[in-house]
Amino acid sequence: MNKTEFSEEEWLFEIAPKDKFFSLNLKEVWRYRDLLMLFVKRDVVTVYKQTILGPLWYLIQPLFTSVIFTIIFNNVAGIKTGDTPAFLFNLGGVMVWSYFTSCLNDTSDTFKKNASIFGKVYFPRLIVPLSIVISNLVKFGIQFLIFVAFYVFYLTQGMKMQLTTSTLFFPILVAIMGILGLGLGMIISSLVTKYRDLSFLVGFGVQLLMYVSAVMYPMALLKEKLPDFGWLIEYNPLAYVIETARYMLLHEGSISISGLLYTVAVTIVVFFVGLLIFNKTEKSFIDTV
Amino acid sequence: MNKKDIILKAENISKQYRLGTVGTGTLSHDLNRWWHAIRGKEDPYLKVGETNDRSSKGNSDYVWALQDINFEVNRGEVLGIIGKNGAGKSTLLKILSKVTAPTTGVIKSRGRIASLLEVGTGFNPELTGRENIYLNGAILGMTKKEITSKLDEIIAFSGCERYIDTPTKRYSSGMTVRLAFAVAAFLEPEILVVDEVLAVGDAEFQKKAIGKMQDISKSEGRTVLFVSHNMAAVRSLCTRGMLIENGKTIFFGDIDETIDLYLKSSIFSFNSNNYIEFDEKEAPIQISKFEVSSLNLKGERSNSSGVLMGNILEFSIFVLANQAYNNLKASIIISTASGTRIAAIRSHEITDFIFDSKGDFVFKATASDLKLMPGDYVVTIALAENNTTIDIKEECLGFTVVPNDVYGTGRIPKGNLYVYSDAKWELNQK
Repeated sequence: MNKTEFSEEEWLFEIAPKDKFFSLNLKEVWRYRDLLMLFVKRDVVTVYKQTILGPLWYLIQPLFTSVIFTIIFNNVAGIKTGDTPAFLFNLGGVMVWSYFTSCLNDTSDTFKKNASIFGKVYFPRLIVPLSIVISNLVKFGIQFLIFVAFYVFYLTQGMKMQLTTSTLFFPILVAIMGILGLGLGMIISSLVTKYRDLSFLVGFGVQLLMYVSAVMYPMALLKEKLPDFGWLIEYNPLAYVIETARYMLLHEGSISISGLLYTVAVTIVVFFVGLLIFNKTEKSFIDTV
Repeated sequence: MNKKDIILKAENISKQYRLGTVGTGTLSHDLNRWWHAIRGKEDPYLKVGETNDRSSKGNSDYVWALQDINFEVNRGEVLGIIGKNGAGKSTLLKILSKVTAPTTGVIKSRGRIASLLEVGTGFNPELTGRENIYLNGAILGMTKKEITSKLDEIIAFSGCERYIDTPTKRYSSGMTVRLAFAVAAFLEPEILVVDEVLAVGDAEFQKKAIGKMQDISKSEGRTVLFVSHNMAAVRSLCTRGMLIENGKTIFFGDIDETIDLYLKSSIFSFNSNNYIEFDEKEAPIQISKFEVSSLNLKGERSNSSGVLMGNILEFSIFVLANQAYNNLKASIIISTASGTRIAAIRSHEITDFIFDSKGDFVFKATASDLKLMPGDYVVTIALAENNTTIDIKEECLGFTVVPNDVYGTGRIPKGNLYVYSDAKWELNQK
């Protein structure tokens, strides 16, 4: 009855059933930035606790994967990696690839894994996937250091240094990889709340995806050997990122501006679709999960 | 009333839930909704929802956990929300703390809301107490700076100084709760939502917690919404109350009136029956009936829930057993109408029962020394095997003790007390 007395600005906020089609409260996310950093710290620190090797586990996984790839794909199958030592070639690919997969895998069960917290307290749910992407970035940083160490080692063994100005853009490439993983992860995490099937699909789907993402071979090789399936890799934005990463770091393979533009476009679309679905899900997932 | 004083306002809040398994038939319902929508009709499933009475079986798959809840809370007020289990209290708190969105209606707020739906949310057992204070504080909406400035107070309030740099997985459950409550107590939201935190922790800590909540509302002028089954705590803390039953507001107003109404209307009825019968379930053993009667000094039994002061109370727990048990214990707990427990009569402290066949049994307890003052009392009964509770009926039956000339002096004991005693007075010259 006295509704007219209340102007809308007087209320700090409202809780209503359905918000606008797209409501992203970045201000709120910013207010919770300390929580973001604490989540990152928790994720990074608790992994070491009560293990003997501690952070070394971050290194063991890419190193062993690269060793096995080198043996199988380069020594047994005979894939040529140009002037670059095969091990370094693989290490570069595996490093970037595993950043993507860990972002995707960890964000894809955001709702399921945090159901108990989400069921009790409100904070911008976006904080959780964001913290995952950042803590994986820390992990990636550690892996990058070991890559640099091997790079220096091979330089002393007589490898030619081939860094170009394009190397400077490497961080942008990492960001694209992270955002793409985040976007896909958000889409999957939202759908998983209703359809649990997806979590199984992601598990092995990601493994299969690796084989068409130019992780252990140059992009040109697949197009040359399997011209009929060349489109498979040409439409895969991940392949461009990995190929370009190797170009920037090792001057191996090629760089395709149109391919990269395509990748950026896909990343942006996936990221915003992810945000949209994530935003819609966070309002009511607690009733279905 | 000054409109500036209203800090929180709920308008027509409703929440619908779908019963049964999510995922079966959702597609057909979605299609039906869509079919109604394109013909410009109302959502058919918003209509069929029934009120949420969990004991009676409904025809619809949809229920309204909350229906048209309207209320206003003023700044600095402590609102007690009471109601039976499943009445919708927690759903309301979940909506208030933005954990889930309402189906219809809107809540408007002038202040930040922080919830204590369950303390210790987000505690990571691997992290130390100190690290968990930061993590938990941040989850509840504090910034790192705010936490740092209050860290010493939080640690002191929790009383866990010695363990503060030990991982919380080494803490006892009580210590974890103390630490968690300490963090929450130093939050500074304008509106604090508290659900049943007082159920944990020892007496000293409960006192501390209630005191802290009083401080928050009285001296700091902040608003608290408090949900609890502990009527004594609700009465001492709250200024106003809201009674919810089956998802609807039954009463909103003065706290004492609310509590009286709750006690009188929803759990049991005073001065009507002296027994209560329970629905039969498919359980191996269950309490089927509970009865209170009293014996006067001549041994005459009275079957009324109005018990004359000085009469001996008799409690009978009727049990239906489909199998044999060897170590069965029955407990009777008597509480005042406001929820304070005053006496427990436990079979295993007195005797052991051989219970080696199935069938109908009656556990009968005669409390000859329990001298209750006039007033309303409620009884909770429980059945346990060894240390496992098999069946429990919380505050299932009430009885009233009516005044009587127990001392035979024509002077009836008076006062707002729970027990009296037979006594012999002497006056001697030294």
